[in-house]
Amino acid sequence: MKNLLPPPRRVVIALALPVTLIAAWWMTSADSQSFYFPPLQTILRTFAKLWFSPQALTNIGPSLWRLSVGYLAAAFLGVAIGLPVGASRNLRNVLEPVLEFLRAIPPPVLVPVLILFVGLGNEMKALVIVFGCIWPVLLNTVAGVRALDEVLAETVRSYRIGRFARLWHFTLPGASPQIFTGLRQSLSIGIILMVVSEMFAARDGIGFVLVQYQRTFAIPEMWSGIIMLGIIGIVLSLLFRAFESWLLGWYHGLRQSQRAG
Amino acid sequence: MNRATPAMLEVQHLRKVYQDSSRTIEAIRDADFSVGQGELVCIVGPSGAGKTTLLKCIAGLLAPTSGAVVLEGQPVTGPPPSMAVVFQEYGRSLFPWMTVHGNVMLPLKQKKMSAERREELVRNALAAVDLKGVEGAYPWQLSGGMQQRVAIARAVAYEPHVLLMDEPFAAVDAQTRADLEDLIRVLWRRLRVTVLFVTHDIDESVYLGQRVLVMSHAPTVIMEDVPIDLPEDRTQLETRSMARFGELRKHIYSQIQLAKQGWRPPAS
Repeated sequence: MKNLLPPPRRVVIALALPVTLIAAWWMTSADSQSFYFPPLQTILRTFAKLWFSPQALTNIGPSLWRLSVGYLAAAFLGVAIGLPVGASRNLRNVLEPVLEFLRAIPPPVLVPVLILFVGLGNEMKALVIVFGCIWPVLLNTVAGVRALDEVLAETVRSYRIGRFARLWHFTLPGASPQIFTGLRQSLSIGIILMVVSEMFAARDGIGFVLVQYQRTFAIPEMWSGIIMLGIIGIVLSLLFRAFESWLLGWYHGLRQSQRAG
Repeated sequence: MNRATPAMLEVQHLRKVYQDSSRTIEAIRDADFSVGQGELVCIVGPSGAGKTTLLKCIAGLLAPTSGAVVLEGQPVTGPPPSMAVVFQEYGRSLFPWMTVHGNVMLPLKQKKMSAERREELVRNALAAVDLKGVEGAYPWQLSGGMQQRVAIARAVAYEPHVLLMDEPFAAVDAQTRADLEDLIRVLWRRLRVTVLFVTHDIDESVYLGQRVLVMSHAPTVIMEDVPIDLPEDRTQLETRSMARFGELRKHIYSQIQLAKQGWRPPAS
């Protein structure tokens, strides 16, 4: 997208509302006596103490580890299954009803089931994340492969481009804009499932400590954990965007030139 | 028919019928012609004459219902290695995620040759179509005419014996089109490659070809095989203002009019 505003003004506009909201929170809660809604100042002091300590890593580390393993496995599986399914109408006809059913199952209900089979460990949490994250990737990969340009496909055929080169130079890049749409949706689902799976049954992780704080009425700590989750979400989404614009630079350029022409 | 040179490409009683559950469409009834080695033959026909179907059958992208395509004595059953195709939709036949260099290079990576040889072929092909200094650009950063030059360079670098072109200049402006037509003549004479050029533009077919095959309306047959007896050295200005050019143009035009009315030659 073309943004016509100069960068400094864009930054100001982007930050205006968050700063206002934080200021409003700060002021309205400044002399709060409520046990459940402590002053923001207290929450931030707790935040600094809790999350800028080496101890914080013992909770953030496992959470991020589960998320990355689950998310990357889902991304790989989603693309690997989506490519052949998108390419074959027969395969789609066979698999579609099953995929629709599996997709309709809310992933958190798998937590009790998976606890039975794989226990309380990291495997369970990663599997829940895989199960939730795979669908947007899989379905978007299928749609992306189906929408591959026919003329380009004929060009590939007429130049006798081999199987592997076809996959690497045609199918994957051609479907990549759609695949990335799926990956972006999966990322937010992954973060939700990371926390939810840790709330059920865990010995560490952000979801686990949040529930601990809530049960022990450590209210400022609980609020600070929620803020931490928001920050993790923003950082991951910024990283994702940087990766996407690096890999899909051609796509944004193409779109822009089509709009201009 | 020009039989002075041995046949490079033979299309033998080719018939193509599209069939699905609800209906049957006979696109090509009987296409029967041959193209000699090093010839430049144009196929011209009214819209809906099955030009693209015929070209895809020749390129091995579509299987004919009956009849055969024979290239250098070998029946065509899939895309042959000694053939390159330039499609009409240049914007859709170049890989938008690859640079100009990458687009021209990709088919060469399938061929067994040294990396230096590949680079040399890419360099020469881009020079041959007057594209220099845009190797690192993406196709969508270039004008339509330049994009089609990239597609032509890719075909040239592939070193085909036969170059098939499917209305390659239908989507570019008139000035660019004239330049590209001259480029094809130059490349054809320099590379001694056999060219089969499909177009709906009568003037273009007369200007470019040594022979023009006139197609009927679908179901298609070849109505006439018109030898173009214009001098070999052609220029847009002089050739197009020759009296003979006008006669040929008029003759083919009237044939196309007949074709549009559904007239076809009596079955042989």
